[in-house]
Parts: sequence; structure tokens; C-alpha cells
Amino acid sequence: MASTTQHASEVPHQGPKLPVLEREALILSGRSYHWITARVCGVLENQQPLLWWLLFVPCALIAAIGVGGGLFYLVSTGVGVWGNTNRVMWGWPIVNFVFWIGIGHAGTLISAILFLTRQNWRTSINRAAEAMTIFAVMCAGIFPAFHVGRVWMAWFLAPVPNANAIWQNFKSPLLWDVFAVSTYFTVSLIFWFLGMVPDLATIRDRCRPGIRKIIYGILSLGWRGGNRQWSHYEMAYLLLAALSTPLVLSVHSVVSFDFATSVVPGWHTTIFPPYFVAGAIFGGFAMVLTIMVPARFVYGLQDLITMKHIDNMAKIILLTGTIVGYAYLMELFVAFYSGAIYEMDAFKFRIAGPYWWAYVCMMTCNVIAPQVFWSRACRENLWVVMIVAMFVNVGMWFERFVIIVTTLARSWLPGDWKTYSPTAADQILFIGTIGFFLSLFLLFLRFLPCINIAEVKWAKRESDPHHEAHLAHPDPGVVKEAAYQHELVQT
Amino acid sequence: MSTSRKRVYGYLAEFNSAAALYKAAEKVRDAGFRQWDCYSPYPIHGLDDAMGIKRSILPWFVFFGGMTGTATAFSLAYVTQVVIFPTVVQGKPANIFTIPAFFPIMFELTILFSGFTVLFGLLSLIRLPRLNHPLFASDQFQRATDDGFFIAIEARDGNFSPTATRELLAEIGGSNIELVAEEDS
Repeated sequence: MASTTQHASEVPHQGPKLPVLEREALILSGRSYHWITARVCGVLENQQPLLWWLLFVPCALIAAIGVGGGLFYLVSTGVGVWGNTNRVMWGWPIVNFVFWIGIGHAGTLISAILFLTRQNWRTSINRAAEAMTIFAVMCAGIFPAFHVGRVWMAWFLAPVPNANAIWQNFKSPLLWDVFAVSTYFTVSLIFWFLGMVPDLATIRDRCRPGIRKIIYGILSLGWRGGNRQWSHYEMAYLLLAALSTPLVLSVHSVVSFDFATSVVPGWHTTIFPPYFVAGAIFGGFAMVLTIMVPARFVYGLQDLITMKHIDNMAKIILLTGTIVGYAYLMELFVAFYSGAIYEMDAFKFRIAGPYWWAYVCMMTCNVIAPQVFWSRACRENLWVVMIVAMFVNVGMWFERFVIIVTTLARSWLPGDWKTYSPTAADQILFIGTIGFFLSLFLLFLRFLPCINIAEVKWAKRESDPHHEAHLAHPDPGVVKEAAYQHELVQT
Repeated sequence: MSTSRKRVYGYLAEFNSAAALYKAAEKVRDAGFRQWDCYSPYPIHGLDDAMGIKRSILPWFVFFGGMTGTATAFSLAYVTQVVIFPTVVQGKPANIFTIPAFFPIMFELTILFSGFTVLFGLLSLIRLPRLNHPLFASDQFQRATDDGFFIAIEARDGNFSPTATRELLAEIGGSNIELVAEEDS
């Protein structure tokens, strides 16, 4: 490697000097390895700021009342306390299930797909995004488990013979969903935990002897950071990324099969799998921004999670939001072009029926709001970024509401037609899961390394052992210009 | 002073940077050592070649783990749906031609089994978890997970010599050279 560079520098360059935009540094202010360790570990070693307690206590209370109390009331009274006692049997529980499972997808996209495509900027945000995946899937899992009606029979979902000697229907998308979601949770957990082992070792080595050192010592498995370990470890990480990439695409595709394989107008379309996957990534990135932009400020991580990261995420939101908008319009077009009167009626009802406000809300939040990200000024203004992210969070929930409720409210038999509205028990449980999600995330910030320390160190330029050789013998045909940071200074 | 015997693990030497560690690793490799390792806070790319380590065999484990998952899912679905309890639902036949409906679960279990194989395969290849290691006796070694770059050459290596190995480490740029030993119990 070094010899070829030296050889190239001996030959005088013939052609024109080409300007090349240099990749901007992902770690700002030339922070040292020790600074990175100290800053990330400081988040969990120092006393938490008052804001942490101000957020954690209410979130934990909401979780306890909403999830704990809500489920206790539901199980002790019966599923009749939910609003889905009419033809709209899927109701809020499945809206919430699809909403939460979709949130998780951005975490896997960042950790797996951006890893395979060598997008090194992911290193600063992948840990928190993966944590978000795990917690979102935990929230999602609550809903179908209790939506089965008698939750103590939920084990019927598992492929074990039951008392009636009847096996699960392996041809049903609902059973595919059980396998897809449980595999997704398990593999995401393995990925998250293995990724954290070297960082847990870093925390272990900073602890004074005591119970903390023992706990982190056990969690870090005795990691030493030898290259004979790193070599296998990196292969394991690559394999998990390669496994998670098709997995994440399959999970929301399988969720969409729950709809698409049914013979229901408005659901029975082939566009559903890609449309659901794009929507999941779209909603997930909005949630990553919603929690990372404040966390970055509170813990002073601006040199690690830079404006470049936020800019990239805003661009992904713009892209996926536009794909989702295309899917909304294509659904309408296909309904029209199919000539099927039931399809057309289903969409007329969505747009102009009693749920028109939900459709308008979905369109505004998901398609129109992200369009401001075409402007760089908007991508660099954190208030605008946060407001758009909140719009998308709301919009993606309404998308699932529109798909599920408006369709089931007008099924084949007019006798089934019904206007659905959720009950207080529905609302309390959903708000409870938001509290549950945020409490888990705050506990994660408190006890686990929220940024991948080892990978962030690796992303520093001088971490490449050949960095000095590149500096000493630059490619003679190239004039390097700093791209993004340079532009930032100018504007 | 303790009178207990100590078991020597080997020499530990610190290096300034990833580049220094890389160059030193090439020299230790060329000196013919086998039982040694480079320690760094993050994976250094290209160090495998500098150390003469072969590519990880983990993918082979995972291939067979994943195939076990595919076979498990197929058997589970086929035996229960076609052999034991043939059910005609959703207009799909109860014979081998219903296999496309089994694909999603075959895919998911392939991934699930592969994921577990990655986890347990990795742990067996890197011989973890373990509660302690002789290197943890060294105080400076704690910096290997922060900002330290180290090479440790073990005493059980055939080429190890209490004087020559120390000289080699000093010659290739190592500093803070330390003989790591653990209490023999």
C-alpha cells in the first residue's frame, strides 16, 4: 500500500489538477481518543442533569399507570374495554403495533444497511438508534399479545402442540408476523449487545473496584481488545449486518402482508411491502432525530453527533417521505386505473368520508412537511428539524390509522359499517407505551454507552495506520477541498 | 514482600499510535512469534495481515447454522401442515406445492439460527466469556480500551526469551515494557 503511493509520487503528474471534495471529518475539533472515552463514559458516570430526573419521573409514572394499570384493567375486565368491539376489530391496538414496529426500523437501517454501504457517519448514532429499535419493538409487542383477547392463551402463537392437537397455520401472514417480529427482536438484541461489548469493557476499565466494576465486567464478557479478538469480532459484526439487512426489509413486508393478502379493498395491493418499509424508515428516522437532537445538547455531544449527521438524516427523511408520498398517490391511481368499483369506493371513503381529517393530517405531515428539507437552511436549523420530526411522528401514526380504521369501517357487508372511536382504555395504553419507551431510553442513557466509542475512534482519520503515508505522499493529480465544513464557514 | 510464586504471562509493551503498532506488528511477526497479540481500543484495519492472522472462519459456522434454520422451519411447517394434520385453508393445497406459503417462516428462522450462530460462534472463537485474564494484572493495560496501543508476547511462545524479547520490543519502538505475571495459586 505504502509502496504504491510512493511510486505514484515519483512519476510527475501529466493531466490537469482535478478538484476533489475532501470527505469532512466526522469527529470535530480534533478530539483525542481519551476525550471521546471520557465524554461518552461521562454521560453515565457523572451525576445526571436535573432534566433527566424531570423527564424520567413523569415518563416512568406514565408507563406504570398506562402500561401497568391499563393492562391490569384490560385483563381483569376483558377486551370489551377497548373500542374495537364492532366491525373495526383491529382498532387502535394494531395501529399502535404497526406504528411502534415501524419506529424500530430506522435503528436497523442505521446499524446494518449503512454499515454495509460503508456510510461511516453512522458510527455516532448507531448505538442509540439500535437501543431505540429494541425499545420500540418491546412497545409494539404489547399490543398483539393482548389483542389476541385472552392473553394467557398467547402461547398458542408459538409452534408447540396444544391440547386440541391443532398446529399453527403456517400459511397465515399472522403467524409469519409472529416469526418475523420475534426474530427481529432477538437478532437486534444480539447485534446491539455484541456491538456494545468493547464499550462495556471501556467502562469496566474506568470503574473503581466494586459492584459496578463486577457488573460491567460480566457484561463485557472479559473483552481485552486484542486483534485476535477484533478480527473475529469484525467478521461477526459484518455477518450480523448482512443478516439484519434482509431481515429488516422482511419484517415490515411481512407486517404489510397482514393487510395485502386479505381480500379487502384498500389493502389488497402489491405496493404495500415497499410502501410499508419506506414508511417505517421514514418514521424511524424522525424518532431518532426527536430523541438524539435534545440528548446531544444535554450531554454536550456536538463534536460527535455533528450537523453533518443531522443533515444526512434530514435528507433521508426527505427521500423516504417523498417515496411514501409517491405510494399514497400511486394507491389512488391504481384504484382508479383498476376500474374496480370497490377499490375506488374505498379510497373515496378515505379521502371524503368521516375520516377525511385523518387523511389530510397524514398527507400534510408525511408528504408536505418534509419538503422543507430541500432547503439547506431548514436542515441546519434545529428547531425546524425538530418540528418536522414531530410532524412525521404524528403523520406516521395517522397513516396506520387511515389504513386500518377507514378500511375496516367500510367492509363488504353494509350491516358491518360503523364509525370507530377509541375508548379511554385505548388512549391510556398508547400514552403509556410512549412513557415506557422514553423511560427505557432514559435508563439506557443512564447505564449504557449511548455512542459507539470504539467505532467513533475508528472513524478518526489518524486511526488508519496508513494515514501518515497518505499525508506524506498525496495523490499528485488532486487538489483537495473540504466540502461541507468549508461551505458552512462561507455561509 | 509476598513469598508466593508468580507465573509469568509475558512481556507487554506500549506503542504511540496505530501506525507504530502496525509497523511493530510486522516485525514481531517476522521474528517468528506465534503466541502474541496486538491490543487497541478499536479495530485497526490491515493489522490482520501485519500480524499474519488468517481470515475468520466464522462465516462457515454461520452458513451451516443458517441452513439448520431453513431445514428446521421447512420440517416444522411441512410435517405439521402436510403430514400430521393436513389442513386445506386459504385455498392452498395440503401437499408439497404449498411450499411458497412456508417461505417467510423459512427465511425468518434462517436468520434467527444464523444470528445465534454468530453470537455463540464468535464467543467460542474468541474464547469468551471469561472472568479474568493475566493481562488484567497490569495497570497500564487498562488503557487498551481507552487510548493505549499494546503488544503482548506470551512466555509460552517457543521463541520467548526473558532478555532477547525485551530487547526486541524496545528496538521496534515499545515503551513502558513490563513483565506481566500473575500470582500462582
